[in-house]
Amino acid sequence: MDFSFTEEQRMLADTVGRYIDQEYTFEARKQTLKHPRESFEQHWTQFAELGLLGVNIPQEYGGLGGEAVESLIVMEAFGRGLVVEPYLATAIGATTLIRQAGSDVQKEAMLTAIIAGNLRIALALHEPDRRYDLSPQSTTASPDGNGFVLNGTKTVVLGGNAEQLILAACTGDKSDDESGVTLFCVPCNAAGFEIEEFPNLDGQRSAEIRLRAVHVPADAVLGEVGKGYPVLERVVDRIVAALCAEAVGAMVRLFEMTIQYLKTRKQFGQPLGSLQALQHRAVELLTLVERSRSMALFAASRANNADPAERRRAVSAAKAFIGRASRRLVKEAIQMHGGIGMTEEMSVSHYARRLLCIDLTLGDAAYHTTRFADNSADAD
Amino acid sequence: MELFENTAEQAFRNEVRRFVDTKLPADLRDKVMNFVRYEKEDFQRWHRIIAARGWAGPNWPKEYGGAGWNAIQRKIFDEECFLGFAPRLIPHVNMICPVLQRYGTQEQKKRFLHRIWPLEDWWCQGYSEPGAGSDLASLKTRAERKGDRYIVNGQKIWTTWAHWADWMFCLARTRFEGRPQAGISFLLIDMKSPGVTVRPIISLDGVHDLNEVFLDNVEVPLENLVGAEHEGWTVAKFLLGHERTDLAGVGVAKRFMRFAKQLTRTVRKHDPLMRHRLATLEIDLLAHEWTVMRVLSSDEAGRDPGPAASTLKISSTELQQDIAELMMEGAGPCAVPYVDAARERGWAGSLPRDKVTNAASANFLDWRKVTIFGGTTEVQKNIVAKSVLGL
Repeated sequence: MDFSFTEEQRMLADTVGRYIDQEYTFEARKQTLKHPRESFEQHWTQFAELGLLGVNIPQEYGGLGGEAVESLIVMEAFGRGLVVEPYLATAIGATTLIRQAGSDVQKEAMLTAIIAGNLRIALALHEPDRRYDLSPQSTTASPDGNGFVLNGTKTVVLGGNAEQLILAACTGDKSDDESGVTLFCVPCNAAGFEIEEFPNLDGQRSAEIRLRAVHVPADAVLGEVGKGYPVLERVVDRIVAALCAEAVGAMVRLFEMTIQYLKTRKQFGQPLGSLQALQHRAVELLTLVERSRSMALFAASRANNADPAERRRAVSAAKAFIGRASRRLVKEAIQMHGGIGMTEEMSVSHYARRLLCIDLTLGDAAYHTTRFADNSADAD
Repeated sequence: MELFENTAEQAFRNEVRRFVDTKLPADLRDKVMNFVRYEKEDFQRWHRIIAARGWAGPNWPKEYGGAGWNAIQRKIFDEECFLGFAPRLIPHVNMICPVLQRYGTQEQKKRFLHRIWPLEDWWCQGYSEPGAGSDLASLKTRAERKGDRYIVNGQKIWTTWAHWADWMFCLARTRFEGRPQAGISFLLIDMKSPGVTVRPIISLDGVHDLNEVFLDNVEVPLENLVGAEHEGWTVAKFLLGHERTDLAGVGVAKRFMRFAKQLTRTVRKHDPLMRHRLATLEIDLLAHEWTVMRVLSSDEAGRDPGPAASTLKISSTELQQDIAELMMEGAGPCAVPYVDAARERGWAGSLPRDKVTNAASANFLDWRKVTIFGGTTEVQKNIVAKSVLGL
């Protein structure tokens, strides 16, 4: 057991940490939210220049060749800075999926475009009324000549509008059969492709998508026809592990701000932090933040595990714990800040928004607690 | 970064597991698995079996006959012993030994150290007093110097296993002015001395572990002073801060989790809420365990373990209590009947259910102690708020 970063990992942490602390300040972020288009391009170019878009891409395609721990390093810093650009969907989700399932041609074309900052890929993981179930039901892909015709609806698309979209569709007989799931990568300007973007509570974007007889060629398939589900689930676990790291970054910052406030805010002639009622709750929050940090590392260390049950258990345990812990932190941080914690101006509410959304993304605490139990051999 | 047990650590785990499997006497394992109370001889037997394997003092350096293990190995040992249903190791051993190793005179080391691990001398801790619980420095037991000895007068309370003890390490006041912490001395008291009276305190689950100890004109030779006179507080603090693995409690939590699974097995089949609660606590256990490992790994590498280290006792004891609570709720209505005698050795009466079910509710009550002893959770939070968060 060794929890220390390697030299390369430390350098990555320094690079991304410096960028977040110096360039991606809370004020700069406010401008991004006001002028999303311009800032978006500017930030995405910076990500590319810093090499962040290639962290999760193999070296043979010009990337850093990082794994889940490298993603953790980037995402923790992004959590601290509340980065709103859809890094997760493209640079972690799509890259992992292409690495695991893509053909050599697809890898060459897509991974190099992603590194250069020229390709953004959104991930359509959900369908209406299916909550967190990854198995597609209403989206179908029927063979059509050399390719397929796609029909269906996707909701709360991760990454919002993008150049391309990765989605799962049913190619089997039964619409909910996990063995009949195929993954596709579709250009968002294809005929019959309708996309509507929505803002999220936290300043990020999502999209609702309708596919009406969208024709795609055979090489739009990622991986093997009918065998997409296990790949999808594995990639989503990797994304969830990254979300855990992002949550930890946001939690650490929110916690620090709250402690700072307790030290400086005076009422009745004394700092709030001198009150035992608040001190004890602050210590409880510290224990939650520290354990969340441990769990993010646990998830990252098991996100590529060969044994699917062990992988699911670790990732779900982390997401569930961090979901619960961050919910408590969000409530307490706002309460301890009092009125100012309720304002748009103060960053507290922005951390609160992102943490709430992370919990609700790809399985909340309750969902992952159940999934953890489902994957424990002695649960029943 | 290597977040899996390496080959050497796995081999060590297997070695310890095999040792516990083969060397732990069946009757001792049987007691632990059935919540039958241990006797002094049980603890002594197990300590001596460990000593015979050459593992006396998992936490001590080799120069004192310890196993010389690193922090991760100690955690593995603790865990495998608990999971193999071995009796716990006597915590006082890990208090008095490091103290004597660090502060003891050559004579004290020679006289006491080799007898501690095999429990040839049983040690008890004379810290708390009726008026000095969490506020330990307000203790009133006095040791007055008279020629070549101290005359000790006072009362200690909550003294675990004082009725089995040969020796007590004791905090007594030797100076009466100045800061309360500044006039305390660390003394070794022979429990057979005239003037020592031990009176039992029966705990809420019917057990006799705790005692009151009265000290009436007890004569203690000056050579039984440890460290400098009036500087016992430094020694006491060293003792409390010494061992993290004990506080971390991963082993005991895992053992409780096994019992919780056993006791909730039936109800979980048709009660999704119970299944959910069990999973929640298993997740909490993982979060605690990984935090412990993060801290131990930093300790081992000589890095600052950060604030997590000071929160381990708080998290660990809360977790243990939560699991003990689930054990009781798993037993459900069957946790209502309680046959205290079934906890004794050799009892062969009849019970409505098994012995674990019988003990589930009493164990819940017994385990309230962990957030009280060794610094209550509230005192721990006061300390962390001040020293770590700077509030």
